[in-house]
Amino acid sequence: MEFMQILSSALQQAFGPTMLAYAICAIGLNVHFGYAGLLNFGQAGFAAVAAYGMAIAVAAFNLPFWLSIVIGLAGAVLLALLLGIPTLRLRADYLAIVTIAAAEIIRRLARSTTFSEYTGGSDGTRPVGTFTTDFEAMNPYPHSWRLDLGIVQYTRSDLWVMTVGWGLVVLCILLMFMVMRSPWGRVLKGIREDEDAVRSLGKNVFSFKMQALVLGGLFGALGGFVFGLGRDNVQPDLFSTELTFYCYVMLILGGAARLFGPLLGAMIFWFLYNFLVGVLNGLSALEVLPTWLLATTKSGPLVYVFMGVGMVLLLIYRPQGILGDKRELSLDVR
Amino acid sequence: MRRIGISLCALVGALFVLLGLGASAGWAQDEQGFKGVLENKDADDEPVAGVTLTVYDANDSEVGTAESADDGTWEILVPEPGEYRVELDESTLPDDLVVRTGRNSTDLLRVDAGAVRNALFPLGSSLNEPDNSSGDTEGSQSPEEEKCIVDEETGEEICGGGSGFARWGNVIYNGLHFGLIIGLAAVGLSLVYGTMGLTNFAHGELVTFGGAMAYIVNVSFGVPVVWAMPAAVILGGLFGWLQDRFFWGQLRRRGTGLVTMMIISIGFALILRYMTNYTMGPNTERFNEYVSQTSIDFVLFQATPKKLIIDAVAIAAVIIVGLVLMYTRIGKAIRAVADNPSLAGASGIDVDRVIRWVWTAGGALAALAGAALTLDRGVKFDMGMQLLLLIFAAVILGGLGTAFGAILGALLIGVFTQVSTMWIEPQLKYVGGLAVLIVVLLIRPQGILGRRERIG
Repeated sequence: MEFMQILSSALQQAFGPTMLAYAICAIGLNVHFGYAGLLNFGQAGFAAVAAYGMAIAVAAFNLPFWLSIVIGLAGAVLLALLLGIPTLRLRADYLAIVTIAAAEIIRRLARSTTFSEYTGGSDGTRPVGTFTTDFEAMNPYPHSWRLDLGIVQYTRSDLWVMTVGWGLVVLCILLMFMVMRSPWGRVLKGIREDEDAVRSLGKNVFSFKMQALVLGGLFGALGGFVFGLGRDNVQPDLFSTELTFYCYVMLILGGAARLFGPLLGAMIFWFLYNFLVGVLNGLSALEVLPTWLLATTKSGPLVYVFMGVGMVLLLIYRPQGILGDKRELSLDVR
Repeated sequence: MRRIGISLCALVGALFVLLGLGASAGWAQDEQGFKGVLENKDADDEPVAGVTLTVYDANDSEVGTAESADDGTWEILVPEPGEYRVELDESTLPDDLVVRTGRNSTDLLRVDAGAVRNALFPLGSSLNEPDNSSGDTEGSQSPEEEKCIVDEETGEEICGGGSGFARWGNVIYNGLHFGLIIGLAAVGLSLVYGTMGLTNFAHGELVTFGGAMAYIVNVSFGVPVVWAMPAAVILGGLFGWLQDRFFWGQLRRRGTGLVTMMIISIGFALILRYMTNYTMGPNTERFNEYVSQTSIDFVLFQATPKKLIIDAVAIAAVIIVGLVLMYTRIGKAIRAVADNPSLAGASGIDVDRVIRWVWTAGGALAALAGAALTLDRGVKFDMGMQLLLLIFAAVILGGLGTAFGAILGALLIGVFTQVSTMWIEPQLKYVGGLAVLIVVLLIRPQGILGRRERIG
C-alpha cells in the first residue's frame, strides 16, 4: 500500500459522485436542521424513497427515465407529509424519533424478501435490471475518454455523474441563497429561534415547517438519485442510519445554517473518511500490528469508531463547525 | 472543557480494554464460510458424524469439503466472500437417515467477509412433506420448532406453530414475552428522558452491552449462564453510572444543549456499536448452554423453560422498579424530577444525583434485557439498534417520560408486533411498530399515561 495511492484515492473521492450525493443530502439537512431547526434524523429515508422510486420505475416497470425522476421526487414529498403531519405540531424530538424510525423501516422494507421482485432484496436493484441506460445515453463525453489529472483520474461515466452532481450542488446552493434571503427564509429562521414569537405575528408555523420539511426532503431525494446513478445500483444498506449521521457530521463540520457549510463539510469529511479507510486497510494488509488489534476484517468497524469519536468531540468543542456562528445554533427542545 | 475530552477518551479506552479481554481470548472470526450441526431430529437431536459436505462456488467448481465431527458439527471456510452453495453427500449418510426437506443442496448463498453462516440440513428418518395431507403420526411432536424461520437480519426466530386457537395463544404469549424484554429497556429510556430531557439514541447500545457482557463472561471466562447474566446486569449498571459520571454529567455541567446532546448520542451509539463489532465480529453469537430447549406444552401456548424463567425475572424486575418508584425516597425523588426538574431542584432534591441513579438503574435494566435476548436468540453487535425502534414506539405509546407507561406501551407493542405476523410477513412486523407510532401521535400524542403539557 503506497501512501501516495491512498492520498490520491481519497482526493479522488473528495470530488467524486459519492461526495456529491452526500453533499446534496446535507444541503437538504441544512434546510431542516440549520435553518428551520427541525430534527430530521431520517434523511436516509428520503434518499432511499427517491432512489428506489427511480430505480424500480425504470427497472421493473420500464417507465421512461424522466417520469421515474418525477416518481422519486413525489415519493419524497409524500414521505415528508406522512412524517410531518403527526409530528410537526409536537415538540422537536418527536420528529427525530419518527424520522429515524421511518428511515429504518424503509430500509427494512427494501431489504425484505417480500418485495424482492421489485427491490432485489439485500443485493440491491441490479438483479431486477439496470435503470441507467437512458442516463448513460445522455452522456456528452466522447467514448473511451477519461480525465487524468495525474493525481486523480475519473472514468467517462463518473465524469457524467459528477457533471450532473456538481450542477445540482450549484443549483441547490443558488436556490438556498435566494430562498434564505426571501421573507420566507426569514420566517423560517424566526421559527428556529422562537416559534411562539413567529406565531404571535400571525404566521402559520405548522405550514412553514411542513414546507421546509418538504424542501429539504426534495434535496435528500436529489442526493438519492446521485447515489443510485453513481453506483448503477440501489442497495438498501447504503440507506442505514449511518448515512443520516454522516450528513449531520458533514453539516456540522462545515457549519450549519451556512450556505457553503454542507458542501465544505462533505468534501472534508469524505476525504478524511476515505483517507482513514485507506490507512487502516493498508496497515492491516502490512500486518505491522498484531491481528487481535487490527485484523483485515476489523478495519471497517474501526473506521466507524473513529468517525463517532471525531463527531462527538466536534459537537462538544466546536458545534458551530468551520464556517458557523455559535449564536445561530443555540437550539433547545425543552 | 478538557475534562470531558479526557473522560471520553478514558471511557472509550476502558471499553477497549474490557472488550479487548474477550477479543484476545481468540473467538473473533476472521474467515468466512459455512457451518452447521447435523442432528437426527427423529432421535432427540442425536448428532450425526462422518457425513461429507462440500461447498461449490457459483460455477459449480468445488471449493472445500469437510466431514461432520462426532458432535455433528461441521465447518467449511471459503477463501473469499461471494456466492456459494453447500451440498450434502447423501451416500455418506447412515442408512436410515434422509434430509427431511428432500433437498441435499442449498441455494446459492451469499457469504460476506468475516461471516460464517449457517447452512441447515435437518436429518430424520423420513421426508417431511410441507403439506402433510396423509395425516400420519410422524412430525407432530413439536409443531413449534418446525415452522420456525430465522430472520436473517436480527437472528430472531419467528415461530408460527400450531393453528387456530393454539396459534393465537402462542402468538400472544410470544408478544408478552418480547414486550416484557422491551419494557425493561424502555423504562430506562423513558426515565432518562423524563429527568434530563435527553432522547438517548444510544440506549439500544446499553442493551447490546448487556448481551455482549453476558456472552463474554459466559463464553470467554467459562462462567455458567446462571451467573453470567447477573454479572452482565451489574456491569450494565456500572456502565450506565460511568456514562453519566464521566460523560453525560460533564456535558450537563458544561451546559451543552439538549439537541446537541441528542446528536452526540447518535455518535456515541455509533462508537459503542462498532466497538462491539470490532471485538465480537459481525456474527450472532450464542451462550454455550441452553441454546435449544424443548418446549413445555401449556395447552394454550408452548414455551421453553428459559423463556419462562426470563419472564419471571422480568416481571420481578418490573415489580421492584414499580415499588422503588412508588415507595422509596429515591423513587419519589425520581418521579419529582421527571415531573418538573426545576421545581424538584428548588425544593432541595439533588437533581444530578437523581439523574445518576436513573442512568445506573436504566443501564442495569437494559443489560438485563440484552442478556435475556442473548439467551433467547443470541447477541449481535447491532441488536440494540434494531430494538431501539420498538423501544421508542413503546415509550411514546406509553407516554414519554413516564416509567409505568413505558412498560404498558412495551407490552402492547410486543403483542401487537407478534399478532401482526398472523396476517403479514414476519419480516415486516417491525413496520407495524412504526404504524403504531404514527397513529398514536395522530390520535393521542401524549401517549396512554402521558400528560398533555409535556408535548407541545
